[in-house]
Amino acid sequence: MARAITPQRKALNTALAWGVGLLIFFPILWTILTSFQTEAQAISDPPVFLFFDWTLENYAVVQERSDYGRFLWNSIIIAGGSTILGIIIAVPAAWSMAFVPSKRTKDILLWMLSTKMLPAVGVLYPIYLIFIRMGLLDTKIGLVIVLMLINLPIIVWMLYTYFKEIPGEILEAARMDGATLKEEVLYVLTPMAIPGIASTLLLNVILAWNEAFWTLNLTAAKAAPLTAFIASYSSPEGLFYAKLSAASTMAIGPILILGWFSQKQLVSGLTFGAVK
Amino acid sequence: MATQDSQPADGLMAAPAASGKPAASDLGGTRHARAAARLMMAPAVILLLGWMLVPLTMTLYFSFKKYLPLRGGDLGWVGFDNYVRFVSSSAFWPSVQATLVIVGGVLAITVVLGVGLAILLNQPMWGQGIVRVLVIAPFFVMPTVSALVWKNMFMDPVNGLLAHLWKAFGAEPLVWLTQASTQSIILIVSWQWLPFATLILLTAIQSLDREQLEAAEMDGAPPHKRFAFITLPHLSRAITVVVLIQTIFLLSIFAEIFVTTQGAFGTKTLTYLIFQRVLESQNIGLGSAGGVYAIILANIVAIFLMRIVGKNLDA
Repeated sequence: MARAITPQRKALNTALAWGVGLLIFFPILWTILTSFQTEAQAISDPPVFLFFDWTLENYAVVQERSDYGRFLWNSIIIAGGSTILGIIIAVPAAWSMAFVPSKRTKDILLWMLSTKMLPAVGVLYPIYLIFIRMGLLDTKIGLVIVLMLINLPIIVWMLYTYFKEIPGEILEAARMDGATLKEEVLYVLTPMAIPGIASTLLLNVILAWNEAFWTLNLTAAKAAPLTAFIASYSSPEGLFYAKLSAASTMAIGPILILGWFSQKQLVSGLTFGAVK
Repeated sequence: MATQDSQPADGLMAAPAASGKPAASDLGGTRHARAAARLMMAPAVILLLGWMLVPLTMTLYFSFKKYLPLRGGDLGWVGFDNYVRFVSSSAFWPSVQATLVIVGGVLAITVVLGVGLAILLNQPMWGQGIVRVLVIAPFFVMPTVSALVWKNMFMDPVNGLLAHLWKAFGAEPLVWLTQASTQSIILIVSWQWLPFATLILLTAIQSLDREQLEAAEMDGAPPHKRFAFITLPHLSRAITVVVLIQTIFLLSIFAEIFVTTQGAFGTKTLTYLIFQRVLESQNIGLGSAGGVYAIILANIVAIFLMRIVGKNLDA
């Protein structure tokens, strides 16, 4: 039996939690607000917070100066491509491990996880060398492959966790009703697996979008995604706070929105099912 | 072949057990299913095996060579020379220290604040969903963005918001990234990882039996004792998972240092040192030996994580 909470107590909780929440969110809010200011307002002392003349000028300048569209397109191709490729490879594997487990299934799963622990810097030069030899340096396809391999263990794990929750009895029932294997996969299993596949897709797009070791080290001008677009703002030229803010907002905007949708899957996906 | 293995397989491919078919046909179906399963697993396993073995073998190979692509190329085998030189270079111990301080600092901050935030967010309140979204947001910000925003808009000694704040209290603004470089990096990285710790601890805390807490309260246990003897033990597993997973990611933080201090002012971590040896000074042999050390270090942490995850797999 739950105790009733006094309104005062609830109000106190609310005030405290909102205070902390806004404090944590503040750097993002500040960046978004600054992106709508002029450069002069962005460095004014004392800082202006909300009361300024809103302008979209910075967005136009950033697009013109750095060609945001091209980086965005690279990010979409790299994050989306690596995730879809990874899912195509991982679905059959996770499927067979969930429905036809053997003695070695657990070992294989743990081994896959262990490849995720390989520190990237330990294999930086070999990958770099392979990329040069195969002409993959600064290409989107090269990054799609590397990011797919990096995230493959997480994709397999997430899908495995979801597939395991599909009860085997439903399949038996379908078969007794005379469903063929094809019908079974198409009409019974696939609809049940789609939510799991969708959340796996979402989380891995986010991880690939934000990956900042390989994307910085394996690209130059052609295939650079948004992580590199932003890194190019690390050496300032004159007044640039507002432009930096506009560029940052454009880089994190798409993924921030996706991220809020995927927060429920985040926990089981990132802890490999160790915390549910 | 144990029956425990073949049973789940029956569910998918073979005839249902209830139909009372002879065992032989079950076995046939199972064998068929197993062959199909191996085939379905093959692409993922082969790719990951290649991803692991090929670069690893190359790193090991280079680590025993004197290899300077820009200054003479492959200069022959040198045995364990690179391993000795990497450890005895003047940059090595400071980099170990920087790594430990940064990883330890971020872990301490995120776990302590994460527990506090998880407890706070678990209380009844208005607009809980929105607050949760606000708290999680930094996790989705790409590392290069958060590093640059913090570096310029908050930590800049002239125009940064923190400088304004310091001046408002009459204090001399800090030159964050030189005077307090390590602390600055810890602050930035903690801001990024606090959402992760909070979210996982919140998930764990939600499975805590409320009645147990209420019973303790009725028996007169004060809040700090309820926390120490009920909440904290309940969270211990989740805390362990947070610490292990974060350690693996934190050992290889890169972008945050790359766009702020470039490894100067005592922020050169092991990862950054190896990166400099390999790509900046193009000393592949030395960098590869460093890479092998990093791999060994990560594996030590990974073994503990695998134990916990593996145990969960049985349950």
